[in-house]
Amino acid sequence: MWIVAACLLPVLLLSVVVFGVQTLLITAVSVISCVVVEALSQKGMKRRITISDGSAVVTGMLLAFVIPPGVPLWLPILGAVMAIYIGKHLLGGIGYNIFNPAMLGRAFLMATFPVAMTTAWLPPLEDGAIFSFLSGSLDGVTAATPLYLLSHGGMEAVINEFGQPGDFYATFFLGWRPGSIGETSGLLILLGGLYLIYRKFITWHTPVAVLSTIALLTWIFGGESWFGGDPLLAILSGGAMLGAFFIATDYVTSPMGPRAKLIFGAGVGALTVLIRIKGGYPEGINYAILLMNPLTPSLEEWFRPERFAGPKVIEEEEGSSGDE
Amino acid sequence: MNATVLTFPKGGIHPPDYKSLTAEMVIEPMPTPTSLELILGQHIGVPCSPVVAKKDKVAEGALVGEVTKGMGVPLHAPVAGTVSNLTESAHPIQVSSPSVILRVNKKEEPKSYQSSDWSGLSPDELREKIHLAGIVGIGGAGFPAHVKLTPPPGSKIDTLVLNGAECEPYLTADHRQMIEHPDQVIEGARIILSILGITECLVGIENNKPDAIAAMSSEAEKQTSAEARIEIKTLEVKYPQGAEKQLIQSVTGRRVASQGLPADHGVIVQNVSTARAIFEAVALDKPYYEKVVTISGKGIARPANLLVKVGTLVKDIVTHLGGTTEELAKVVLGGPMMGFAVSTLDIPITKTTSSILFLTRDEIDTDLFSNCIRCGRCVEACPMGLQPNEIGVYVEASQGENTTKFGTMECFECGCCAYVCPSKRPLVQFIRMAKSQLKRRAAG
Repeated sequence: MWIVAACLLPVLLLSVVVFGVQTLLITAVSVISCVVVEALSQKGMKRRITISDGSAVVTGMLLAFVIPPGVPLWLPILGAVMAIYIGKHLLGGIGYNIFNPAMLGRAFLMATFPVAMTTAWLPPLEDGAIFSFLSGSLDGVTAATPLYLLSHGGMEAVINEFGQPGDFYATFFLGWRPGSIGETSGLLILLGGLYLIYRKFITWHTPVAVLSTIALLTWIFGGESWFGGDPLLAILSGGAMLGAFFIATDYVTSPMGPRAKLIFGAGVGALTVLIRIKGGYPEGINYAILLMNPLTPSLEEWFRPERFAGPKVIEEEEGSSGDE
Repeated sequence: MNATVLTFPKGGIHPPDYKSLTAEMVIEPMPTPTSLELILGQHIGVPCSPVVAKKDKVAEGALVGEVTKGMGVPLHAPVAGTVSNLTESAHPIQVSSPSVILRVNKKEEPKSYQSSDWSGLSPDELREKIHLAGIVGIGGAGFPAHVKLTPPPGSKIDTLVLNGAECEPYLTADHRQMIEHPDQVIEGARIILSILGITECLVGIENNKPDAIAAMSSEAEKQTSAEARIEIKTLEVKYPQGAEKQLIQSVTGRRVASQGLPADHGVIVQNVSTARAIFEAVALDKPYYEKVVTISGKGIARPANLLVKVGTLVKDIVTHLGGTTEELAKVVLGGPMMGFAVSTLDIPITKTTSSILFLTRDEIDTDLFSNCIRCGRCVEACPMGLQPNEIGVYVEASQGENTTKFGTMECFECGCCAYVCPSKRPLVQFIRMAKSQLKRRAAG
């Protein structure tokens, strides 16, 4: 898990450059509260304290990464209680949680603090004044995310704000756009994700399935006419990249087999596009992942690994043993 | 020599092999200790009944125990001596087991054996010689060799596979046998071919033993004829390359189904050391009472490949090799992947002991285990395509009897899953518990 945290670190550092130093503070609050809540939960439940496994640290980072950079500093604390205590330890502790804790934390904050969670967007800094947060000059500066513009004013609104697609693809990919703390830089997320694949911590199946489904369905359904959507904008906006590489690939809440991973990823992608286009929120990957998480056991039931013994023998065994 | 490197497709792991500790060590006969403890049940099934009484004098190679029912094999005195007691000895798995204690008569000269021509003997006569010599498979289960060489009626055997993979880390006993006695191993293979009435023999050796591959190849060329076509197959270094089903798949491409026997697929597998023992039984008329054992690990003063008499106590071996080191943390009988840790050194070598490992703290894992995080590495590593993770979680939830769908009974306990588990979960132990719960339920 510490490797995953290390892969998320460049993304965090970039967010400081793009949005200012408060992203670092929000992430620190989130990580510390997740670790403290984990220790207290395990102590209260008389379980072995496992904060050194890095899992709570990763949850804390991901929780901060999916909230806007202009929220009050204390906000992640409430998210951490939801994510770690209710989402993880009340459900049995690591390995037994049904839902991704960070996603559960974000959904809880969306429900309880909808204004902060949907308006505290900041424009990328242009003057490099990353410490302006400390002098209190942030108030009143907000910006609209590409997805917000897309769902409220269509492609035209996006172009008005950010220029022609050919121009903003590159800036978005590098991370200079309004958005949640750790979701904006497609480049750094991609590099971190590729490293995790290279080290065999994750496989390519889930990210590829998520991103290709989002791109394909947005292309077909996401424009003013059929096949008029912008697939590249779709994966470079919102939390698509972060979700595909770092959240939908969570071991505990996603299936293990390659085929099950492809289905899981395609489901996440499809639900994301459905929520983006038809739902009330501009971004949907948060709920898409939460909706796919509980399907994990069924996906594993349907796609068991191929046994050395061969399928015929297994059927006979199942029949004669009469379990289930 | 065949240049292509063969392997099995699904699962497997690449642990550090630690074979350099003993790979260069010539097999060294260990002086017989003052007494031996001969466990009566060294094979699968009903143990031997003793045919000697207290104070009886026995000669080297004389019968000590016999079985009248089941598929067991007789037990012989490894040296001349006097029966000092009929009692119980410590046993690595069964805790304690009936045994014959033999006080060694050091004045007696070791017996010498003359080679004789076996080519005129019928398959049944050859098989009977192997039976009477008391040979069991080296593998660990103690399956009698003559039973394995009696394929079930109706099965059409076409290939003998000799197992020289020796895929467990540390182990080099088979490796040394192939380097030092390739002629006897190959002649043993020819004896087996003649028993089975077939001509095809494939020898699988992992390619971390190029010297063994070279020695065996040149010997195979020498002894190959129209009646015995012996070919060496180079195998990729991957654990568990030497597991029976994986080996068969690697060298023949055939896949042995769950409850199927190799014989159903036309194959019989024997270990290279068993082949040499068969040579000794048939050509020399020498019973199976001594064997090569790898003594290794950083916890023993002098690692070695020892030729020891069956019944030698581990503590006598330790004394012979200069004692254990201070860092010794665990003693394992068998390989590090599938062997058993033992709590005493007063434990005798049996016909199935392949090695004794003296492991230090940095060679073993003593971390506490934690919850399954469902990373799926065990599923990927399992050569049988099972789901060790699920079996473990079910056993923890007292649901071990509901794990058939994950393949519990197909597990042969190679330990790949536990090796790769980042949560250090004792998956093999979980699976053993699930197996025993399933067996109990099947028994009603």
